Amino acid sequence: MPDAARARTPRSPMAPPRSFLWTRRIFLTLVTAFVVLPVYVMVSSSLKPLEDVSGKFEWIPSTLTAAPYFDIWETVPLADYFVNSIVVAGAATVLSVAVAIFAAYAVSRYEFRGRRVFAVTVLSTQMFPGILFLLPLFLLYVNIGNATGIALFGSREGLILTYLTFSLPFSVWMLTGYFDSIPRELDEAAKVDGCGPVGALFRVIIPAARPGIVAVGIYAFMTAWGEVLFASVMTNDTTRTLSVGLQGYSTLNDVYWNQVMAASLVVSVPVVAGFLLLQRYLVAGLTAGAVK
Amino acid sequence: MTDTAVTPERAPAVRKAAPGGARTPRRSGRRRIALPYVLLLPALLLELLVHLVPMLMGITMSFRELTQFSIGDWSAAPWAGFDNFSVAVDFNAPAGRALLKSFLTTCVFTAASVGLCWLLGTAAAVFLQENFRGRAVLRTLFLVPYALPVYAAVITWAFMFQRDNGVINHVLHDQLGIGDTPAFWLIGDNSFWALLVVSVWKGWPFAFLTVMAALQNIPREMYEAAALDGAGVWKQIRHITLPSLRPVNQVLVLVLFLWTFNDFNTPFVLFGKAAPEAADLISLHIYQSSFRTWNFGTGSAMSVLLLLFLLAVTGVYLLLTTRGRKTSRA
Repeated sequence: MPDAARARTPRSPMAPPRSFLWTRRIFLTLVTAFVVLPVYVMVSSSLKPLEDVSGKFEWIPSTLTAAPYFDIWETVPLADYFVNSIVVAGAATVLSVAVAIFAAYAVSRYEFRGRRVFAVTVLSTQMFPGILFLLPLFLLYVNIGNATGIALFGSREGLILTYLTFSLPFSVWMLTGYFDSIPRELDEAAKVDGCGPVGALFRVIIPAARPGIVAVGIYAFMTAWGEVLFASVMTNDTTRTLSVGLQGYSTLNDVYWNQVMAASLVVSVPVVAGFLLLQRYLVAGLTAGAVK
Repeated sequence: MTDTAVTPERAPAVRKAAPGGARTPRRSGRRRIALPYVLLLPALLLELLVHLVPMLMGITMSFRELTQFSIGDWSAAPWAGFDNFSVAVDFNAPAGRALLKSFLTTCVFTAASVGLCWLLGTAAAVFLQENFRGRAVLRTLFLVPYALPVYAAVITWAFMFQRDNGVINHVLHDQLGIGDTPAFWLIGDNSFWALLVVSVWKGWPFAFLTVMAALQNIPREMYEAAALDGAGVWKQIRHITLPSLRPVNQVLVLVLFLWTFNDFNTPFVLFGKAAPEAADLISLHIYQSSFRTWNFGTGSAMSVLLLLFLLAVTGVYLLLTTRGRKTSRA
């Protein structure tokens, strides 16, 4: 990382004072404990037998077992939820990023009537309370289904459509900022070489904006993977996603906490791993796009 | 629909078109004008379908008498005028009083959560600005709460807050000896604190990420110059770092406010469908009053009031912060 290399060279002849070092040490220790505690509880409890998680909490598990990781697939149809979540979140991400790229290209590179209205409207949808359009959207999907036979309610397609729109405002906003930071001379040059505007987008802008696009993709995937409210209303038994499936798990009369923790861990691994692998793109994308 | 209302928007257009003067249409002019709209079309259609049309429907529904009987054919339900709104704001009746209570709870909760998220995020980003051993590890670690799916994280917290087998009571009661009996965290008044802890745990990494990105844009020369002038680390933070963060903070605080105020997922997963009164956030409250009493008209009216409140706060906030910035520059 370039900034790390830069920071290694002494910043000033004065070393930071002790008060600063100690405040930093204490603060970072406390925050680390706060962040790690739930992760530790999740991992350690997922390896305990049921009696142990039903009794008093133990810091060090007295018995270790991998059984919860096998049982989760039997207790609830977790594999089905998993497939639904992957299909829904994956499709929503790909479509959302594609739609956002075109929209951001238009906003960043063209002057047209309604440009500002579009930008403001899109961004202000971020502040709509989800609860305001939950019921109308549900009715709209049902009505569209009755009128055209396209099943949006209860289907994966309906959920994909909903989720891809959820991440769209932020994605358009961030990519517009990112595209703005790419010198216009680059696409002018491509146009001189005979590219049309769409060719310039694909040959110049998209390759140059890769970090921003990856960041937007992570954001879209996480939004879709974690959403609860609309998933709880818009899915049925066959299209249920992890967010609702796991919730049903923990409201059973006798909660198998070890299995719940194992399942939580299993559903978190794909997103957390992907996020941490790609986080430098997210920081880079934020730096160029959102924070100016 | 968007292109009719915007004649005043020509001014910035002219300004921005100037540097790209070479882009004057060479080929078919009409195609050039149409192109941005074609590029925008998918986004526009989707926004219309999922956000704007349902929102307009929701506003219409708030003026109708909607119950489980009329919901099937909602557009034929009888008009109710402002009846739904007067039910929602009648603070002498139970429904209105409960809404007011939930609204006030949400205000206090949001202020506390946003404040703590901002403070933790900024402090962590500032402390990690400088390189030292373990910095990269901490930086990654601090983003884990943000990366975890909301429901997985909140379910884990729900387990930790269990009265008899949770880690929180194990530490507070068994190990530190606080309280005569283990406390209930997910029912009663304590639930407010439980919700706040979870919300801050989940929300602060976003502040951290944003501030961290903003810090990378502060030129190092400013710190070097300040150090040469004899300013210590604390002084540099106060006089260089924090002032440079002002424009980012303006957006960050607004975004955190809107997210926290509208938060449904955290209380819904933490408490199940019925939140205890002390932690009855407004979104969940409206959800319950619509779906439990099947009174969708009143529920829609409450949602519209919530939207109006958020619009008003955002408007006033933007007015105040941008004006403050202009005068401080002048």
